[in-house]
This record gives sequence, structure tokens and C-alpha cells, in this order.
Amino acid sequence: MRRIVGLALLWCMAWVVTGGLAAEAHTSASPPMQLEQALKDLSSEEESARDLAIHVLIEQGDSTWLPRLDALRANADRSLRMAIKPVADAWKHRANLTSLDADMRRSAATDLGTGGRTVVIPWLEAAAATESHRWVRYAMEESIQLLKLASDDPEVKAQAAEKLGELRSQNAVPALKALAQGVGEPNSTQDQNHVARAAAVAIDQIETWNVWSTAIETLFRGISLSSILLIMSVGLAIVFGLMGVINMAHGELMMIGAYATFVMQECFKVYVPADWFDAYYLAALPAAFLAAALFGLILEATVIRFLYGRPLETMLATWGVSLILIQGARIYFGDLTAVAAPTWLNGGTQVMVGVFLPFNRLFIIGLSILCVTGIYLLLFRSSVGLRVRAVTQNRNMSACLGIPTRKVDAYTFAFGSGLAGIAGWALTLVGNVEPGLGQNYIVDSFMVVVTGGVGKLAGTIIASLGIGGLNKLMEPSLGAVYAKVLILVLVILFLQRRPSGLFAVKGRHAEG
Amino acid sequence: MTSQKSPNTNQEISRNKAEAGPSRRDFLLQSSRTAAGIGLAAMLGNLGQWALSYGADKEPIKVGVLHSLSGTMAISEVSLKDVVSMAVEEINAKGGLLGRPLKLVIVDPASNWDLFAEKAKQLLVQDKVAVVFGCWTSVSRKSVLPVFEKNNGLLFYPVQYEGEECSRNVFYTGAAVNQQAVPAVEYLMSKEGGGLKKFYLLGTDYVYPRTTNKILRAMLLAKKVPAANIMEEYTPFHHQDYQTIVGKIKKFSAGGGACVISTINGDSNVPFYKEFANQGLRADDAPIMAFSVAEDELRGMDKTALVGHLAAWNYYQSVDTPQNKQFVANFKAYCKKNNLPDGDKRVTDDPIEAAYFGVHVWKQAVEKAGSIEVDAVRKAVYGQKFLAPGGEIMMDVANHHTNKPVLIGEILKDGQFKVVWRSKGLVKPEPWSEYTNPEKGCDWVTHQGTYKKA
Repeated sequence: MRRIVGLALLWCMAWVVTGGLAAEAHTSASPPMQLEQALKDLSSEEESARDLAIHVLIEQGDSTWLPRLDALRANADRSLRMAIKPVADAWKHRANLTSLDADMRRSAATDLGTGGRTVVIPWLEAAAATESHRWVRYAMEESIQLLKLASDDPEVKAQAAEKLGELRSQNAVPALKALAQGVGEPNSTQDQNHVARAAAVAIDQIETWNVWSTAIETLFRGISLSSILLIMSVGLAIVFGLMGVINMAHGELMMIGAYATFVMQECFKVYVPADWFDAYYLAALPAAFLAAALFGLILEATVIRFLYGRPLETMLATWGVSLILIQGARIYFGDLTAVAAPTWLNGGTQVMVGVFLPFNRLFIIGLSILCVTGIYLLLFRSSVGLRVRAVTQNRNMSACLGIPTRKVDAYTFAFGSGLAGIAGWALTLVGNVEPGLGQNYIVDSFMVVVTGGVGKLAGTIIASLGIGGLNKLMEPSLGAVYAKVLILVLVILFLQRRPSGLFAVKGRHAEG
Repeated sequence: MTSQKSPNTNQEISRNKAEAGPSRRDFLLQSSRTAAGIGLAAMLGNLGQWALSYGADKEPIKVGVLHSLSGTMAISEVSLKDVVSMAVEEINAKGGLLGRPLKLVIVDPASNWDLFAEKAKQLLVQDKVAVVFGCWTSVSRKSVLPVFEKNNGLLFYPVQYEGEECSRNVFYTGAAVNQQAVPAVEYLMSKEGGGLKKFYLLGTDYVYPRTTNKILRAMLLAKKVPAANIMEEYTPFHHQDYQTIVGKIKKFSAGGGACVISTINGDSNVPFYKEFANQGLRADDAPIMAFSVAEDELRGMDKTALVGHLAAWNYYQSVDTPQNKQFVANFKAYCKKNNLPDGDKRVTDDPIEAAYFGVHVWKQAVEKAGSIEVDAVRKAVYGQKFLAPGGEIMMDVANHHTNKPVLIGEILKDGQFKVVWRSKGLVKPEPWSEYTNPEKGCDWVTHQGTYKKA
């Protein structure tokens, strides 16, 4: 018995001595030595030793040591890999804090903030002091405060909470909520209460802000969806609205525009130096318009001109054309085509805390405004537009006055088709390029045009704003499926009350 | 036999009449002439074929392929048709099966669920195929199920699915939910996967995502994840506008520890990933774990927005085994040789592998049974092992599913996956999930299909 106790004591002593020696070695050794030791400790069996090693490595190492880590990782087991990861990540993020790319700096700051290691606070503070980009600095400050929030000192904690409230940091809400829960509990200390109160105030600030930012974002999303609806349906508004042709192949004209963009991209890949690659997107605009317009011209000359005034037959014939086009695209292009948006349309811009606006959507909003303005000028401020309107209002009288009605029909149809091509060009930014592309949009386009009132451009604009806005307003609470269903129900009810849409054509030419 | 045939012909006649009814008389005459001509030609053709097969020593064994070659599902299913054809060619090159060559009967159900049932009936009743390899979507499988059960056919189904099915006439070579979705979520919860705590279940609105998410929700709740940390959301098919949903994900993932479990299907994936990246979210903020995105779909996508996100499957083209290298090379060579679209740029993925080894498992079972008779083959499939490209798999001894490994992969820039986690050994399939249907089991040896556990 005694011997066993003695042995145990001896063992304990040995352990203390070696442990002490090891600790001494840590403090006295020069940094590289210490790092070497830490690298060895990473593969230690004991978790505490591993954690200490990770800590030392993060604090004193830098990315020049990365090759050593990689060498370790090459034949590492799972636990060692897990130990290496935080170290390598921290070094990588530290190096990225001074990267030239603002997105990289921002990512690094965010990741260091969520990493939960307080040793990185000085790095972030140093980086924030010299940072010029507003939102990168914001991310750095947020990360600093988030890390401070986890500190042991209640005073630091309360200050961090206050700061985060001022920053309106959405990322801090879960941590703040955990802190605020302790308020008013009988066995909580005064310090805890102090922190909890600060946290509660901060949460309040953040959530008030949140309501506003959500409202602004919803508004933006509504406008964005409306602009997409509008750009899809302006072409249809001309073809269907002004000419009375129910063109079921309108969606496929969009598809032609999208494929024209794709073809242009592939051409640029082959024939143009890589530096100029992004220009393909601009070059694709006229290509998309012309391809779709040309196809519209052919379609008009071969199918539709024989069917004017016979909507049902037109519908059937154009539907057949659309099926041919879909399968034709599937056979020729296959299902596997993609348009990579030009780099200047990737990502987005942050306008205020919590409100992030993607560039591609801003671009489409601008484009739809341009398109509508252009159409307005063309139809109502030019002699060509005058003829188009004359023909649609009274064909026979126009013919008597010497307007070539056949030609006007053909050009109007081609123009409407070209607009569909532009829509297809723009939609490659948000969706995919595939043979079924047109089918996804055709129903919505008709819905917008019919709701707006056939033959009225203003109706189309208002209807797309209304449908897009309502959809985005309902989606957060109802979900995408029911929002869509409810929109359809509302449109049906609306058309029951006003069969001719928002803006009914009145007066002498109301009967067409 | 005759009793079966006569109602069919009657039906056809009445259908002809109904179609010809409103037409003019000369049209009727002409069309009947054409019909007669076609009939005669077909008869002659059949006669010729019969004479040929009579002349040969051994009649070929017919193998049916029921994959959509046109329509919306063609993008995924054509590759399965190709790989089944390749497997059949391999078997024929080695002298066929039971000394008889295999002959493919390929039909096109055109992504139309009703047509699936019709074509399945044609394969079983008219062509009398020994086995059918086919279907992708759950709805197509559900629609052919009664046909296979009524005519005692045999279907090998190669795609991961929602489970809750246990048919005597179907072998499932894809993953059940416990071989894909459940381990994937367990991985995300583990320390290695990031120890995530908040789960956004996002899917297209149909049976596979709904059932999978039902099981995942039950599992998460059982693992003490608070209900407030689970979000569930569905979108219609072909949904394009993901602004609101990505906005919600952004709010949900604030503070870290969140992930998205995506069962989004088909053409909605591109708009979703694009929007996700454009709103400034990164794979580090909230990784997207997808169950329907594989190499074959990635082939046509712009990958920049997808890099770093995850997927769960039982096989990747990048799996490093000698037989996989051979398989990938063979498949590319086969596509090139037969002038299939994209030729040697084609890739393999999980359903392609599952379809491939399905053919070989069936072949081994036929050899073991010594016949192509469905019931004998069915019993021979149980416990059948095969060295598949992704590693050895084993057909379950009783429940018609497949014991497979589970792999989590990270999407790379070139559309391939880097395997970041792999299950230890094979995972036993559970058609009925332990989380939603703990009392049910599936067994065709000691029970008759689905049974109540004691």
C-alpha cells in the first residue's frame, strides 16, 4: 500500500518538475524556438497542450511559417488537422487584412471576429486605424467589439455592448441576447446586471434600425422585381398591346437574346484578349437586340402576317413556333450553357448598415428605365411612332393616307421582338441560360400586360410595379409559394372587376 | 395472353374512331391507308426480326432504359441512359449474360409523368424486358410503381430519394435519407464541420424536399437544436427571384454558426447561388449544403458563385480509386466514340455511378440465379457485392436498398469536388427514417415489405 502511495507521489513530483521545466522553456526561449516547440505540441495527445500551442502560434507566428504547417498537414491525422486549421486560418486572415482587395480585407476582418480569439484584437485595431474603406473599417470595428464582448471584464463587456449598439451590428444580436437574459435574476451580481442592461439597450437600438433597413431592402427588392417584370413585358406590350398579336413565342425571343449573349461570350473567349473579356457583355447588347429582332421579322413574314385579326390561330401557331425553338435550342446548345456576368456587375454596394444592393439588380433597374424612356420617345415623339399609332388606331384610314401598313406592322413586330432580346440579355445576369428560359417568364409577362390594360404603356409600368411590389411585400411573411398564389388570385379578382385592366382604352377606337 | 391483347386493340380502334370522327371523309380514307401501310411495314419488320432472331443461336436478353431524353429532365437523365448503354456494352463485350447478348430497348418518357407509366407498361408488356433501368424524379418513380408491381417487373432506380418506400419490384441504388441528408447535417454539427447551430432548410416545393426536411427537422429537434434555430422554406418550381430568401438567410445567419441545407432542384440553383454571392454572403458566413447539385449539373453552370459550398453524395468523380479512374476514362471514351454531346468533356457523378453499378449488380444476380426470371433474380440480388467505382458496395440483404459510403465534398472552381469527410465504412440504408417512422421497417425476406417493428 505504502509503496503504491510512494510511487504515486514520486510520479506526481516528476510530472510537476517536467511540467514546470516545460513552462520555463516556453517563457525563456526565443520566439522561433518557442514556435518550434508549439509546432511539436500541436500533435500532442493532451488537449490543453494543443490549445496552448495553437494560442502561441497564432500570437507569435505569421504567414511565413505557413510552409511548416503545410508540411505538418501532409501526413497529419484528423486531430492534428483540426489543430492546424485555426492557426493557418488566423495567419491567412492576418495577411489578408493588408490585402489590396477591399473584399478580402473585409472577409478577413469578419472571420477574425467570429473566430473568438482575443489575441487578434491588436491586429484589427492596427488595421482599422489605417483603413480607408468605410465598410471594411466597419467590419473591423465590429469584429473588435464582438471579441471584446467575450472578455471577462464586465466593464469592457458593457462598453463593447454599447459600442455594438451604436454600430447597429446585426452580427452581435445572438451574443447580446445571451447577455441580456441575466437581467433581474435574483442571484445575478451587480456587474452582470450592468452588462445585461447595456446589452438590452444595444439590442433595442439594433432592432429599431433593423426594422428600417428591412423596410428599405423590401422596397428595393420590390423595385428590382418590378424592373425585371417591366423589361420582360415592354416588348410584349408593343406586340400584344399595340398590334393585338398574342405571341406565345415571346419568351423564346428572350431566349434568343440570352443565347446571343452566350454566343458573344464564347466568341470573346476565343478571339479577344482576356483583358477585354468583360466587354463581351456590352457587345452582346446589340447582338441580342438584332438577333431577336431579325427572328421577329422572319416570324412576322412567314407566320403572323397571314393570321392578323385571328388571335386564336396566332396563339396556336406561335405556340408551335415556341416549341420548335425550345427543342431546337436544346439540340443545338444543349442544356449546359452559362453566362458569367462581367466582373463589374458581380457583388454589390453597401449603402448603410444592413442594406446591401447588388450591382446586377441596380443595372437592370437602370436599364428598364432607359428602355421605357426610349420606347416613349420613339412612339410619341417621332414620326415613326406616329405611323405606328396611326396604324394601330385605324388601319384603313392610315392606308388611305399613304402609310405602308404592311411595313409598319413588320417593323413594329421586329421592334417588340428586339426588346424581348434585350430582356433576355439582361436576364442572364440573374438567371440561367437554358432552353426553357422563356417558359419561366411568359406567364408573368402576359399577366403584367393584361393587368395593365392592353395597349397602354403606362398600364404596363404601373402593373409591373404593383405586381412586383406586392409580391415582395407578401413574400417575407407568406413564403414564395403562397405569395405567388395570392398574386394570381388577386390578379384574377381584379380582372373580374375590371376586365380591360388598369388603363382601359376609351373612345372611338376602343373596339379595335 | 390473347385476353390481354384484345381490349388493347379495341381501345385503339375506338381511339382511332374518336380521332377521325370530326374529319372529312377523304382525310379519313387517306389516314386509314397510311395506317394500313405503316401496319404492314411494321408487320414485315417484325417478321424479319423474328426470322433473324430465329436464325441466331441465342435470343438476346432485352434490357429497358426509361430515362427522359427530352424535356426539362433531359439535362440530368440523358447521362444515365449513356452510362447504362456503356455498362451493357461492357457486358456484351465479355460474352453477354448466360451466353446471350443483351439488347437495349430505349424509350423516351419526355419528362412527362403520365408518359412514364405508359412507357413502363410498353417495356414490360410489349417488349417483355427482363429489367428496367430508369426514372429520376420521385414523381416519375411513383407513377411507374403500380405498373411494375402489377406486371411483376424489375426496376433499378439510381437516384438519391426521400425514402418511405419499400417496393418488391424496385431496387434503389441511390441513397436513402440516412445515407445523404442525415450524415451531412451531422457533419455540419460536428466540430470538424464547424459546429454549426442554426439550420435554414430551403427547398423546391415537392415531395423529396418536403419529406427530407421533415426527417431533418425531427432529427435536429431530437439532437436538442431549439426550434427557433430551424427555418424551413419552399419555393415553386423554376423560381427565379431569391432576393427575399437570401435576405432572410442573411438575417438568420447574423452572428455566425448558420448553414443552408438546400434541396433546391434544377434551374433554380443558378439564380439562388448568384443572388447569395451578390448580396455579399460567403461560404464562411453560411455554407450551403446541397443534395441535388452534382458534377453533371455543375458542368454547365458558372462556378464562381458556388466555390467553397458543400454537397453530400456517395460518390464523386474525384474519388481516388483505381477502378474509378478506369470508369471515368471509359465513360469519357464511350461518349467520344459514340459522338455524344460534349464527348470527352463529360463528367461522372453519383447518379451516373449508381446507374452503372446497378447494371452490374443485376448481371451478377442473373448469373447467380441462372435465369432472368424476376423473382429468382430479386432473391439473388440480396447481399450482392460489387466493386463500384467509388468503392465496394453491398445490396442490402432484405430491404432492396444499397449499403454505400457517404462523402461530403466541397465545390472547386473546375466543377469538381474535394472530399472533406467520408463515413467509416458503408452506411446501412433505412427506407423508413428512425426519426419520423421509428416503428416501421422494410424487409422482403422475413416480412412482406413494410412491417411494424415489434
